[in-house]
Amino acid sequence: MSRTRPRSAPPKGLRLVVLVPLAFVTIVPLLFAVLGSLRTSGQISADPLGLPNPIVWDNYAAVLGGDVFWRPLVNSAVVGALTVVLTLISGTLATFALSRFKFRGRESVYGFFTLGLLFPAAVAILPLYLMLRQLHMLNTPLGVALPQAAFALPVTIVILRPFFQSVPKELEEAAAMDGGGPMRFFLQILLPMSVPVLITVSILALVTSWNGYLLPLLILTEPSTWTLPLGLSQFNGSYTFDTARVLAYTVLAMLPTVIAYGFAERYIVQGLTAGAVKG
Amino acid sequence: MTTVQSAPLPPKSAGAYAKDHSPRSNGRRTAMLIVVLLSPAIALYALFVFAPLVQAARFSLFKWNGLGPLEDFVGLENYANVWADPFFHTALLNNLAVIAVSLAIQLPFALWIATLLTGSFRGRAILRVAFFLPYILAEVVAAVLWSFMLSPNGLINEALRSVGLDTVAHPWLADPNTVMYAILWVVTWKYFGFYTILFMTALQNVPQEHLEAARIDGASRAQVFWYVTLPAIGPTVRISAFLAIIGSLQLFDLVWVMTEGGPVGASSTMVTYMVSKGLRTYQFGFASATAVTVAMMSFLFAVVYQRWVLARDNQVDVKEGKRTHVAH
Repeated sequence: MSRTRPRSAPPKGLRLVVLVPLAFVTIVPLLFAVLGSLRTSGQISADPLGLPNPIVWDNYAAVLGGDVFWRPLVNSAVVGALTVVLTLISGTLATFALSRFKFRGRESVYGFFTLGLLFPAAVAILPLYLMLRQLHMLNTPLGVALPQAAFALPVTIVILRPFFQSVPKELEEAAAMDGGGPMRFFLQILLPMSVPVLITVSILALVTSWNGYLLPLLILTEPSTWTLPLGLSQFNGSYTFDTARVLAYTVLAMLPTVIAYGFAERYIVQGLTAGAVKG
Repeated sequence: MTTVQSAPLPPKSAGAYAKDHSPRSNGRRTAMLIVVLLSPAIALYALFVFAPLVQAARFSLFKWNGLGPLEDFVGLENYANVWADPFFHTALLNNLAVIAVSLAIQLPFALWIATLLTGSFRGRAILRVAFFLPYILAEVVAAVLWSFMLSPNGLINEALRSVGLDTVAHPWLADPNTVMYAILWVVTWKYFGFYTILFMTALQNVPQEHLEAARIDGASRAQVFWYVTLPAIGPTVRISAFLAIIGSLQLFDLVWVMTEGGPVGASSTMVTYMVSKGLRTYQFGFASATAVTVAMMSFLFAVVYQRWVLARDNQVDVKEGKRTHVAH
């Protein structure tokens, strides 16, 4: 049998029998959150397994009614955008130097950056806090975005470098022939050619920023500056007994991620797994 | 720091531009350009990554509450205190438990799912989305969801009661004896999808001819997996183990939101220990000593692992293999 049809994969029917229940178990917490957010807290505690009947929208109305969700959403967007812009600008410029020029100490500079892959941001958290306090950057979006971009730099450079190196020298020479300097080549040829990998590193930086918790927790003490993860954990703390309302907030907090995932699954998977280059 | 300053020196044999195609621009101009290109990144990195690391190492040698000047030098006393504290031992053991479960359960499970997901069949795409979903959610979202799921009257306990397992129902996060099992479960749930995707990509790159050759030679499915597939995806397995261990050493967000390391430190990790025992009580020297301990562990592990385990991949891998399976 194996002689005629050599295949390594198990039979199709069998694997669906295994995979479908596992996938279901994996998304149960999400289903629970969505269903629970459409009921009242009373109904949930009376019967956690029940379905919404009828559907209750009050929880969403309560969460969306004030600032409690919208402001953290905007803050998260601002911090995320700043982080990505800072990472992209500094990362592409540095990688350009480290990939298209030869100079003494180039590999040392590269090594210096890759060293950052080995240290968790948690280690630097206290000195960062003290420094940002001195710079009067506590409770500012930039106070979170700057360290986040700095910690995103190593993986950005590690991912970008081989890509920048692989762009054929002929293109560079052609650009120089047309009278363009290195920066012309960088802006008009190298960057446009690198759009896919730039998307990859941007997503990695954006998701890390969007989901970040420890750094904002220490830097953003003022409630009006909180990002979504802080807003959610705080909301969870203050409405411990209103399960349905917290679930509504949770669903809303994960909605942007899930929507983005739905539209750009391939890019997001690529972006997040590119971090595995970290070895 | 010295590397930074001395690094962007004028090119000896000149860069591409200086020599090849811009005769008018001399070496000095190219050197200037290199400095300008590198300076934003170096400034950012030196200021927000490197300097804080050095600072943490310095603080760790002082007794300091963050208010007065840094003058009460105590040498390695903070480190001695950290290592003598039974609560730190619990935290360290918990980190080790997370590593053990990651390596012994999470990675094999992810690999198993990945093998089931290879090939093409209906519903594959949606299954892949489902398994990866927990990974893209924020740690805080995952933690809040699971606090509800695991609460005394949460979904897990109600489900157990509804099938007659009332005796198994339990306040999972409130009992020091069960809280770590709950955490390990959530950690596995959150991260296995990431490794599943990595393994799927690696499995796709295993040469089909090798598998077929082995089958034709009469190898059983298990033998094919053990002797052909596993060695072929070896680099990915080793990178995954590396990432799982480094990630486990730094575990914080999930635990902090679910339990803050409690009850009574039963679910603490080294980083939650640093925050609750150091930062919250303004023992900044002590907190820094904990932070540096975690950093040193990560660093030493990384160096040893690179040397002994990843070294054989790096020859071929850094150039092609790792990139093809990771970045594409």
